[in-house]
Amino acid sequence: MTVLSIIYVVLFYVAIIVLFGGIANKVMLYKRVPAPLKIPVTPAPITRGGVVYRLFYEVVFFNSLFRASKWTWIFGWIFHVSLLLAFFRHLRYVISPDVFFWPLVNNQIVQSFGHYAGFTMLLGLAGLLARRFLVDRVRYISSASDYLMLILIMGIATSGLMIVYVAHTDIIQLKAFIMGLFLADPQNLPSDPILLVHLTMVLFLAVIFPISKLLHAPGLFFAPTRNQVDNPREKRHLSAWGAEIEKKDGRNA
Amino acid sequence: MADYEIPETHEFPIIPSIMEGAMAHSAPFVASEEFQTAMGFPSGAETGQLIDGWKEKFLELLEEKLGKYRSLQVFMDTCVKCGACTDKCHYFIGTADPKNMPVARQDLIRKIYRRYFTFAGKFFGKLGIPGFVGAAELTEEAVREMYSYYHQCSECRRCAVFCPFGIDTAEVTMAARDILSMIGMGQKYSNQIIPKIHKIGNNLGLPEAALADTLEGLEEEIEDETGVKVRLPLDEKGADILLVTPSADFFAEPHVDGLMGYAKVFHAAGVSWTISSLASEAANFGLFIGNYEAMRNISLRIRDEAKRLGVKRIIFGECGHAWRVAYNHLNTLAGPWDFLDQNYPIPQHILEFTKDCLDRDILNIDKSENDHMTLTFHDSCNIARASRIGEEPGSQFTTPREVIKAVCNNFHDMPIETIHDQTFCCGGGGGLLTDDLMELRIKGALPRMEALKNTVAEKGVTHMAAICAICKSQFTKVLPYYGMTMDQIVSVHQLVSSAIILEGQGEEAEESDDAEESA
Ligand code: SF4
Ligand code: SF4
Repeated sequence: MTVLSIIYVVLFYVAIIVLFGGIANKVMLYKRVPAPLKIPVTPAPITRGGVVYRLFYEVVFFNSLFRASKWTWIFGWIFHVSLLLAFFRHLRYVISPDVFFWPLVNNQIVQSFGHYAGFTMLLGLAGLLARRFLVDRVRYISSASDYLMLILIMGIATSGLMIVYVAHTDIIQLKAFIMGLFLADPQNLPSDPILLVHLTMVLFLAVIFPISKLLHAPGLFFAPTRNQVDNPREKRHLSAWGAEIEKKDGRNA
Repeated sequence: MADYEIPETHEFPIIPSIMEGAMAHSAPFVASEEFQTAMGFPSGAETGQLIDGWKEKFLELLEEKLGKYRSLQVFMDTCVKCGACTDKCHYFIGTADPKNMPVARQDLIRKIYRRYFTFAGKFFGKLGIPGFVGAAELTEEAVREMYSYYHQCSECRRCAVFCPFGIDTAEVTMAARDILSMIGMGQKYSNQIIPKIHKIGNNLGLPEAALADTLEGLEEEIEDETGVKVRLPLDEKGADILLVTPSADFFAEPHVDGLMGYAKVFHAAGVSWTISSLASEAANFGLFIGNYEAMRNISLRIRDEAKRLGVKRIIFGECGHAWRVAYNHLNTLAGPWDFLDQNYPIPQHILEFTKDCLDRDILNIDKSENDHMTLTFHDSCNIARASRIGEEPGSQFTTPREVIKAVCNNFHDMPIETIHDQTFCCGGGGGLLTDDLMELRIKGALPRMEALKNTVAEKGVTHMAAICAICKSQFTKVLPYYGMTMDQIVSVHQLVSSAIILEGQGEEAEESDDAEESA
């Protein structure tokens, strides 16, 4: 094992723990903190199923963003869809060919769409970055970290594309390294600089996920304004601390 | 009319370029010790000064809020600074001050959250560059800025409609105002009003005897006009329905015409009803100041009165935020309502009642009585985006329009991007309906005034109907600044009142009855 590989093994484990531990921690916090009052933004669904549909529509089509700003929507949507496609494309590095859905991952369509996604991702990100610079309102609300986040992801996309088109890496060895992480059987990592840059940036993104605005991904599902059912007259909604207050003075009896 | 710089209206809405500090001077009067104490809030050495140890207290309160309100905790984390909300606030459109962009308004407290409650903020804070990750130190200046800009938000939720994560600046504003109250910076207007509601029964401080007089006067007015004796009962035990309505309905124009409308509808429907002097107020300013217990105490008066008077149903009059609290929170705060008649919605909106009467065809309506007007309708934010009237999602938009169309021949909507859930606030909601914020109110009314003006020009609209006491008061004040007249704002039930023909109503009534039959 090379020293470099050992360092990356450690980095990978740390990043994975921080990413999943951090998100789990936040999600549990969001679940634990009560929503004492009914505050769905109306018109809101009057059934649970309706809420699922509302959230589905938000997650898949960015419905509210579409209504708000077509430019932000188009760039944001392209970026996120590209991210999803790139994610599918990368699955073949982390699952074993024995797994039953291997053919779903390792096929021409997923792989080539994954390639194009690299370019469209850059396009989407460039659009979002341009908006941040060019629109005075958005510039006003942006801090350094907002720009750097976009640049970081652009760096990831660019280095990824370079591995495909400019400086290939030994993907057999890369896969061996990744599978080794799962099996707690560390393997060597190819030492191509561009690959290392790519991986380092991905790991950094994973680490800052739970302490940054990237929390918008899980947070989306916890906004009471969107996930509550509009039925306050039919069903009494009472939080634990609301019930405490009630118990003290007994005025609701 | 005092002198204010009136923003220009255009044929098409214009998003202004930002003008930093444009409204930095705007802040409502801070509550003096007298009013802070009445609310159980602490005060500094002098009015407007922070209490000793305010900084620790602020952070302690913020932590407590984060643990009690999922909305706040989630909203603090999820904003990606996408900018989708930046051009959605009427106060930003009207003032160009960038701190009136919803996200910037949230950021005033999010910065503090980032600095003291997140790893990134603490880390970069220690390095001396908290701004790198959108964090900032908690200073007295920061607190004063919050006081200013959290009182430039009418809690209208228009931003929340467009935010991809449903971030509702109103929730943030409420949390911030509550924290500010607890470190000596309560708002005079709201803090002065709330105790009155408990001592006297309504925001105005109109005592029972005066209220009885007023109602009697209204009965006479209806009788003079129609020849029919329509009652407006007060504190009548054993009535079926308790009407809870904003106290502006008892005296202000055009509110009072709406109240006479409710009375006529109840009369025509043949139901027994009453107003309660101790609950002669639908408004609930506890919402505005973000204080759960204040909101609950105000709500509980209604429970107590419903029990004391032995009513079976509760109906709310035309008021936006009151309906938000009633619809969403009355059950939570003052329920359970097992002692009321479960066959009716609890509580019910007056428009639901009237709409039902119209559907059952038990009202005798002569639409031509409103022919001298061409109407449009202003969706109040708290009804459009924070509650519902009727059975279906979105029936808060159709119900009032159907009622208006049932009693008027001429109706046109304003442009679609200014109505329904995209409606613009009147500019005076959320505890800002006070003279010390007049400049803000005028500027904040811009998008609504612009839409109205254009509809007047294009469709020949003469009047705008509303179903909120605050909207009505605000519009009477600001319409003249935009070159219109204060009587162009009307109550929906004022229209009903004009069109309804009561049984036994004079000569005219019979004629129009005939006309209707032959039609
Ligand atoms: S709630 Fe309304 S007033 Fe407040 S920031 Fe949002 S749009 Fe502006
Ligand atoms: S729309 Fe939502 S996420 Fe975007 S900047 Fe505004 S508050 Fe933040």
